[in-house]
Amino acid sequence: MAAITDIPVRKGSEPPTAIELKHRRKALRSSILRYSLLTIVGLIMIYPLIWLVGASFKTNAEMFSSAGFWPKNPTISGYIEGWQTSTPYTFGRFFVNTMWIIIPKTIGTAISCTLVAYGFARFEFPGKKFLFMTVIATLLLPNVVTRIPQYLLFRDIGWLDSFLPLWVPSALAGDAFFVFMVIQFLRAIPRDMEEAARVDGATTLQTLIYIVVPMLMPALISVCLFQFMWTMNDFLGPLIYISSVEKYPVSLALKLSIDTTEAFAWNQILAMSVLALAPSLIVFFMAQKYFIEGISSGGVKG
Amino acid sequence: MAELQLKGVEKTYGNGFKAVHGINLDVQEGEFMVLVGPSGCAKSTTLRMIAGLETVTGGEIRIGDNVVNDLVPGKRGIAMVFQNYALYPHMKVRRNLGFGLQLRGKPKDEIATATGEVSEILEIEKLLDRLPKQLSGGQAQRVAVGRALIKHPDVFLFDEPLSNLDAKLRAAMRVRITDLHKRLKAEGRPATVVYVTHDQVEAMTMGDRICVMKDGHIMQVADPVTLYERPANAFVAGFIGMPEMNLVPVVLTRGLGAQVTLDGQTIDAGDELARRLYCQDGPVTLGIRPQHLGVVPAGSPNSLTGTVTNIEFMGHEVNLHAKVGNAAFVAVVPSEAFDRATQRGDKVGLTVSGGHAHVFDVSSGENVSLRGQLN
Ligand SMILES: Nc1ncnc2c1ncn2[C@@H]1O[C@H](COP(=O)(O)OP(=O)(O)OP(=O)(O)O)[C@@H](O)[C@H]1O
Ligand SMILES: [Mg+2]
Repeated sequence: MAAITDIPVRKGSEPPTAIELKHRRKALRSSILRYSLLTIVGLIMIYPLIWLVGASFKTNAEMFSSAGFWPKNPTISGYIEGWQTSTPYTFGRFFVNTMWIIIPKTIGTAISCTLVAYGFARFEFPGKKFLFMTVIATLLLPNVVTRIPQYLLFRDIGWLDSFLPLWVPSALAGDAFFVFMVIQFLRAIPRDMEEAARVDGATTLQTLIYIVVPMLMPALISVCLFQFMWTMNDFLGPLIYISSVEKYPVSLALKLSIDTTEAFAWNQILAMSVLALAPSLIVFFMAQKYFIEGISSGGVKG
Repeated sequence: MAELQLKGVEKTYGNGFKAVHGINLDVQEGEFMVLVGPSGCAKSTTLRMIAGLETVTGGEIRIGDNVVNDLVPGKRGIAMVFQNYALYPHMKVRRNLGFGLQLRGKPKDEIATATGEVSEILEIEKLLDRLPKQLSGGQAQRVAVGRALIKHPDVFLFDEPLSNLDAKLRAAMRVRITDLHKRLKAEGRPATVVYVTHDQVEAMTMGDRICVMKDGHIMQVADPVTLYERPANAFVAGFIGMPEMNLVPVVLTRGLGAQVTLDGQTIDAGDELARRLYCQDGPVTLGIRPQHLGVVPAGSPNSLTGTVTNIEFMGHEVNLHAKVGNAAFVAVVPSEAFDRATQRGDKVGLTVSGGHAHVFDVSSGENVSLRGQLN
């Protein structure tokens, strides 16, 4: 992007020399080329999304008859009918269910990750190396491997068809990735503030709450955001554990409309997909500033 | 407001490294004790053990009447000022100051009064509603001192608190801290201070007494004058004073006075030195401060002839570097007394006035010229 400014512009009244002009022309040409290319690739990548939004306003008949994204006869019937669903519940119910899964899970994740990461990053205890390796090992373990044992476990406890299997592992710092992320962030924060707090008379827990957590905020916001988005998009988890329709989250409900309707009402599905995208987008844009800070500043916090 | 005692205190770190080798130190109530020494000599380690931030692996630390080895920092009656201030970044200055009191469950109005009082002393009233990142280094430093002061601790601990400030500010803060110490004493609540620095100017100007450390051992504890005039060993002699004391290997023979031989040249350092000596004749280390080394024309009687290797013009004085054989000397000469024609490679004579010379044992480094009083 620095192409144009790369060429030093001479101060003073001297007219640019021929060589300078040539360089400038060349720089201009190359940046035009670069930006055009970037724009095209960008558009290709975002086109499905644009099409999704456009198509959600099309009638079901128009859906496959034209490739363009602009609806000929814009209608919001997709939204209205989609919201009603073919079940006894409206789509609102599914949104509430989703939130019921996400919010406790996110809060649980934030709390448990902070506690575990604080322990690993700041304290020496026997077996620390081994335990830390275990945490990292679960990070590398493919999810699929644990699905079946987990399912059997939760079945035996009698938690099937409840939100507990979705909440509890996260609330026990089961998401090693987040633990790891917070540990890395904590390692970059000097300990002096915590030591100052101890000298000021704070207990370990007070130090954590009053000093460490505020400094960890950017990282914790990233954790919450990731957890929010991943849970919002999680399909497999609810599919395995939730069986009654009244507890379905949005991700399952979307598929529901594909299953049950005789002819697929694509415009309804698309309309609801657009709605399903909304919460993640809203949350992301609200917290964007901290989010970027959180993932990028792990190493440079002074 | 209590005495601090270290008895045979040791520290072995988790990796097996022994940083502190059984040190004994008594700091009187209300005393300003400076710990000084080269980097890595375990000043911070010692201070952090007193604070309770490092475990003590041997010996005993007492504050007042209590052995505090196993007390958490908050229960020791100490306050600490850190090198990089360590202010709580997300709290306003006001809350930074009051945090310690808040944790002790003090009522709000009491905290407010204390905050007001402390911020007035340190002239930070205008900064109370700022965040630490909105402060300059000097201001942050004052807040850090305030955070310690507000708790009325028995013992103040400072770990190189001024090393991040520029020279001018450092000088100002130095005065401010010593003034504060005197003021507290005058108000009848004397503060016991342990102040870590590697800067000998700070040590000499601030300390009631100075504890010089090296590799986890205490080399000498004394007031600044004694430390300068009667260094207990070659290390202290070389560490205190600017430029460093000249320490050169010579051969000592005592006849009428004390003859020292260097590079085949023998001069008499005088009776006065001879009287103070309690060592055998033979190889010793001669110590003489650059300020006490006389520069005379080459070949003058009772002088060592050397070759000028460098001349540093400092303004009011000149540092003259010279070599006698392999031994390097530095002499500080007042500018007006210095012969401007002197050049590198010239021959000069160096005289040693015995009254200010020291003799150190070659192997132990101990000062063996301390008998009687130095003048
Ligand atoms: N956590 C630790 N583990 C092992 N060794 C340590 C640890 N902390 C310090 N040391 C070692 O202990 C010795 C003393 O360190 P210390 O920090 O007390 O030195 P210092 O006198 O404060 O030096 P400086 O003037 O550089 O601050 C050093 O050799 C250091 O390498
Ligand atoms: Mg240190």
